[in-house]
Amino acid sequence: MKILTVENLSRAFGGIKANEDISFEAEKGKVLGVIGPNGAGKSTLFDLITGYTKPDNGKILFENKNIFGLKPDKISSLGVGRTFQKLKPFADQTLLENVMIGAFVKENNIKKARDNALEIIEFVDLIEKRHHFARELSTGQRKRLEMARAMAIKPKLLLMDEVTGGVDQKTIPGLVELIKKMRNLGVTIITIEHNINIIMEISDSILALDQGKKIAFGSPKEIQNNKKVIDAYLGTVDAA
Amino acid sequence: MNKLDIAKSEPLWNTNKNIIFIITGLLILLIALPLFGLNSFYLHLFIMIFMHAVMAQSWNVIAGFSGQISLGHGAFFGIGAYASSFFFVQFGVSPWISIFIGMFFSGIIAVLIGIPMLRLSGHYFAIATLLIGISFQVVFQRWELVGAASGLWVPLTQGDSWSSLQFHSSKAPYYYIFLFFLVITFFVVWLLNRSKIGFRLRAVRDDAQAASSLCISVSNYKIIAFVISAMIMAPMGSLFGQYILIIDPDRMFNIEISIIVLLITVLGGIGNIWGPLIGAAILIPISEYSRIYLGGTGGAVDLIFYGLILMIICIFRPEGLISFVPKNILEREKQR
Repeated sequence: MKILTVENLSRAFGGIKANEDISFEAEKGKVLGVIGPNGAGKSTLFDLITGYTKPDNGKILFENKNIFGLKPDKISSLGVGRTFQKLKPFADQTLLENVMIGAFVKENNIKKARDNALEIIEFVDLIEKRHHFARELSTGQRKRLEMARAMAIKPKLLLMDEVTGGVDQKTIPGLVELIKKMRNLGVTIITIEHNINIIMEISDSILALDQGKKIAFGSPKEIQNNKKVIDAYLGTVDAA
Repeated sequence: MNKLDIAKSEPLWNTNKNIIFIITGLLILLIALPLFGLNSFYLHLFIMIFMHAVMAQSWNVIAGFSGQISLGHGAFFGIGAYASSFFFVQFGVSPWISIFIGMFFSGIIAVLIGIPMLRLSGHYFAIATLLIGISFQVVFQRWELVGAASGLWVPLTQGDSWSSLQFHSSKAPYYYIFLFFLVITFFVVWLLNRSKIGFRLRAVRDDAQAASSLCISVSNYKIIAFVISAMIMAPMGSLFGQYILIIDPDRMFNIEISIIVLLITVLGGIGNIWGPLIGAAILIPISEYSRIYLGGTGGAVDLIFYGLILMIICIFRPEGLISFVPKNILEREKQR
């Protein structure tokens, strides 16, 4: 079953076509990986889907509802959560308060919102850090904070921008496990990832972008053997 | 018990016992103070402190808790003063009711101003509010219905009157009325801080983009904060009108009002609920005493003092005077 359908989505910044004619579908309950070299338009695609950047044209259907051009808070209210590549924790608030702000979406009662937030913090394995200010947390912990905060709105679709970017090697496996745990809860996940090994491991299907255009869409295996993807990623193989 | 259950069994707030004692003690002291026969100068001094603490708290709500720097907040003070006095002078509505009329108008105008202006961010919002503040004064100086430049004169009652909120024999009733509003305001803001709205306002302040990924309509919450802030400010205008019994545009829409609420809050501690009280308790006496000792010749000397103090604070204690209070007394609401 499709949860998200994107058709011919385009957005240009001045003369630069950041996203051009992008079409793909996300299957409910699956992990969709988005790959591409720097500047391929991955983060722009996220911003278009979540409403942070207005698309020029195209179609975005979430659960068969047109969300093209809606504001970010409207889109998140429909059940689309996200994390940010450049992390955006509420720095002067504690981890618990950060997650509670998300939990208030589904729960008005403060005590219940707190308890829901605590359960999610336990889920991302940071329960001991709950009273630490976000600014005191390490990068890896702040990534978990953002994941917890996004999970707190009980999203049906979660877009995660480079979860494993900028953290040290030891931290990565834990974050990958967390993504799998989230998928196991039935949340559909679209994730941007630079690390090819990780994306092959967690994705059910992969969307490959290069210079704003879709160059491939398919199963990890298909992508792995796709000539265009190999060229975009490694440079033209023949040239080596 | 596992860690999750332990966490869930924690109290929601780690309210500090010390602060409860301090506040209760301070409140009893303030209630008892006039009984010791304070002369009218001291009563006036305390009235001004109470009034400015509430006014600064109003500014704290919009600037400290939701991150929008308004430089025209005096407008809501004037609106409160004019709305309540106008209904009293023209229709004989009791000030106790017209205070609410003032709050109502203030709230409505905050919505009307807020919808277009809160789309502006940062400096642009500040500049726009500055101009709004000034333009209100200009409009009221020329508006015949409310007495134009000469303003409204509240008809005097024979002797003291609680129903007309006028007291000629002593300032003590005004003292208690302002104290009452101070307590109510601080209590409401304290509740606001602990509410869902409070959490969401802080989210908007700290990172608007992250907030909107959590279903928070940033523009709506900015307007909510603006309206709450305006409705806190308005009763002070109404009461001040009843206190001096003359409502004129030069006094009620004075640009100084917008500036002083900022100075008090920043001095005391912006974003902290007690900041406005501490700021007012220090700045207002400086202002009143400099007026006494320097008289008419040095009308703006108090502003030089303010400027100096503020510069020192901003350089050495950007969190305001509140940061001098030991952490174990004034702990942040949430435990760490």
